[in-house]
Amino acid sequence: MADEAAPTGAGDTEVEATPEVAPEELFGVLLTRSGGQLVVHPSREQYPKLLRTLHDAGYHMVIDLCGVDYLTHPGRTGVPASVATERFEVVVNLINHKERARLRLRVQIPVDDARLPSAFDLYPGTEAMERETFDMFGISFDGHPDLTRILMPEDWLGHPLRKDYDSGRIPVQFKGAPANRPATR
Amino acid sequence: MTTTHEAPANLAQTSEGAQELTSRDVIAAGERLRELGAVLRLSESEALDAELDAVPDEETMIINMGPQHPSTHGVLRLMLELQGETVLRCKPIIGYLHTGMERTGEDLTYLQGPTNVTRMDYAAPLFTELAFSLTVEKLLDIEVPERAIWIRMLMTEMNRISSHLLFMATNGMDLGAVSMMLYGWREREEALRFLQEVTGLRMNHNYIRPGGVAADLPDGWRDSILRLLDMLPQRLDEYDVLMTNQPIWRERLQGIGAISAEECLALGVTGPMLRSTGYDWDLRRDMPYLAFDKIDFDVVVGSFGDCFDRFAIRLAEIRESMKIVRQCLENMPKGDYRIQDKKVTPPPRARIDESMEALIHHFKIFTEGFKVPEGEAYVAIESPRGELGCYIVSDGSPNPYRMHVRAPSFVNLQTLPHLMHGNLVADAVAIISSVDPILGEVDR
Amino acid sequence: MSSESRPSGGLLESGLEGLSHNFLTGTLEGLVKWARSHSVMPATFGLACCAIEMMAAGGPHYDLSRYGMETFRASPRQADLMIVAGRVSQKMAPVLRQIYDQMMEPKWVISMGVCASSGGMFNNYAIVQGVDQIVPVDVYAPGCPPSPETLMHAILTLHQQIRDGELTRRPGQGAGIVIEQVGAAGSTPVVLGRN
Repeated sequence: MADEAAPTGAGDTEVEATPEVAPEELFGVLLTRSGGQLVVHPSREQYPKLLRTLHDAGYHMVIDLCGVDYLTHPGRTGVPASVATERFEVVVNLINHKERARLRLRVQIPVDDARLPSAFDLYPGTEAMERETFDMFGISFDGHPDLTRILMPEDWLGHPLRKDYDSGRIPVQFKGAPANRPATR
Repeated sequence: MTTTHEAPANLAQTSEGAQELTSRDVIAAGERLRELGAVLRLSESEALDAELDAVPDEETMIINMGPQHPSTHGVLRLMLELQGETVLRCKPIIGYLHTGMERTGEDLTYLQGPTNVTRMDYAAPLFTELAFSLTVEKLLDIEVPERAIWIRMLMTEMNRISSHLLFMATNGMDLGAVSMMLYGWREREEALRFLQEVTGLRMNHNYIRPGGVAADLPDGWRDSILRLLDMLPQRLDEYDVLMTNQPIWRERLQGIGAISAEECLALGVTGPMLRSTGYDWDLRRDMPYLAFDKIDFDVVVGSFGDCFDRFAIRLAEIRESMKIVRQCLENMPKGDYRIQDKKVTPPPRARIDESMEALIHHFKIFTEGFKVPEGEAYVAIESPRGELGCYIVSDGSPNPYRMHVRAPSFVNLQTLPHLMHGNLVADAVAIISSVDPILGEVDR
Repeated sequence: MSSESRPSGGLLESGLEGLSHNFLTGTLEGLVKWARSHSVMPATFGLACCAIEMMAAGGPHYDLSRYGMETFRASPRQADLMIVAGRVSQKMAPVLRQIYDQMMEPKWVISMGVCASSGGMFNNYAIVQGVDQIVPVDVYAPGCPPSPETLMHAILTLHQQIRDGELTRRPGQGAGIVIEQVGAAGSTPVVLGRN
């Protein structure tokens, strides 16, 4: 039984899971634990509101925002069963200095509609991080003031960190053939 | 944009189009505010914008600094809109050192990972190796022996000393105290000599690996450190005489490039920049990793958030690191320098001749690599530039599925428009220098 | 003999033989090459980790100043030698070529480190696999990073090359390689190196 959590609001509303099946929630969003670290899984619609809630709850700094392409991943185990996994994920790490706590957000992004609302208004520090995610994965951020490439040249084609983008390796003679690395990468 | 002559023919080849600073009327309001450094001062941003509008286009000039310029901070390109000598808008353009390290990390095994990440922050390479190794160890769910932990602490604090000495040297040179460059390098050579004695290399050591460290401390390491610790304090006092108490130095740095704590938090800034504003946050003390909770040291905090505070903090941090090194020296436990788990760390070389199993493990670890269970983890440490984190997604294979390094300089560079606004061009160099970016980790 | 080996009276009476101890002779070529090799001015082109070792080579321990090379000219117009120290990314490549073109003849290039010489450990989309695809290189210094002693060996090798080489070098206009990124129709090619 899923939604037994208190509604979103200020303060922690963490519900202990009953022995059967109820998933944990934090701030109204599904929560998992990854090696002792707290990870929440908002949907794209929940994401802006969640950020605002977290900002008010003391998570004043976005430490990191990056993308992950799960195209060739055998199977993610860290995502709750009720969350529909997509090809891309945007991972946001936040920190609460007062409580010395970290929180990670994992948002699923489908490849055919690779957009996410920008966190720039709440956290101006995400400006460069979102540009890098756009540059490397092609995920657009709505509301970003200047969504241009940041690491690659302006006229570069493609998004290098996607799994279907070749690494651009030039075969080198005298070395073992690239087959001694898993060639599928 | 005012040009009185034709643009040179090769401008097209080096132009980065939309990434550059363009004239004010064609950019969006949000981006304009950002380049003005006004995005944080919500109440003042309209006033600043109006101020900018009041300056007609003919009076301003957009100039380009870099990516090749004599400041020693690497290939950072800055476009500035100047009115006379005053900076109105600023836009840093990065990517000139983009190496695809995160992509390369996916092709290398976990044991080879440190060779790749160490070249990101090349002034303090052991820190990135440490962040990577801690993340892998979290994914593997293993615990490193005590001695390895203390060796890691010792080596990273020595690296912090050498990185801050590099900062002293380049900061001095950027501001005109060219002799500081020579003094800084002189001291740094001593620190590098110690690092070479232990790791075998002066830079990019590949010493801190998942499971522990690559080799134990050599005989005589205590004497080497004591020699260094005896020599450094009076040299640091020389720097105080040369720089800290000198009126020209103070005039050039005090009040320049000031930032407040709220602005730092909003921009994600960490490290000496954050501490210079008076905000007391240091991961070593507040979210301890390794054995920093067993060590006694002070966290240096400034008050005005200007360039002088950042310089003074880094100078004081050298002294604090020396304190930490001395405590590591006294408390170094005996034991293994790496975990004895055969699946993770290679066996000692001598055993390879004796045991078939050891030979096979060695072979497997160095060719195929050790497998890491599926999962994801983020671990952060306090590097000389701020919070350095490593986020790894693993998929059960010997190579990381996704490796992302949260580089402090990348985030700290976002403060540049904010710091530069209203200052003179000559201060621009002082400001970049006080942010202390290392472009290798900015661009990765 | 002694009374005549040092004739008194100056030039008018004894001629130039008396002043032979005040003259050095040599060929014009030798003198020009000697001047060039002993006053090489490097341009700052430190990109990455190798730049740190290059600065260390200029520091007091390794001291490039004994070759007259400690002043790294920031302006390429005033420099003879470009030490490409570090990895050259795709974005940086046109800038590298532009700086090289701005240098005055005669000019030399040392490719410092394995990343500049061949792409190093980064064999991927982002790094130019060897700076000799863009500029003609005279000396390659391997190492990751090369220690300052290796760099000095490279510099001394270059000095030797200057002294042994030809006076009027006409180095090529670059490798003449044009690298185009193949993409969708209507895309602009990314061009490196000039024809």
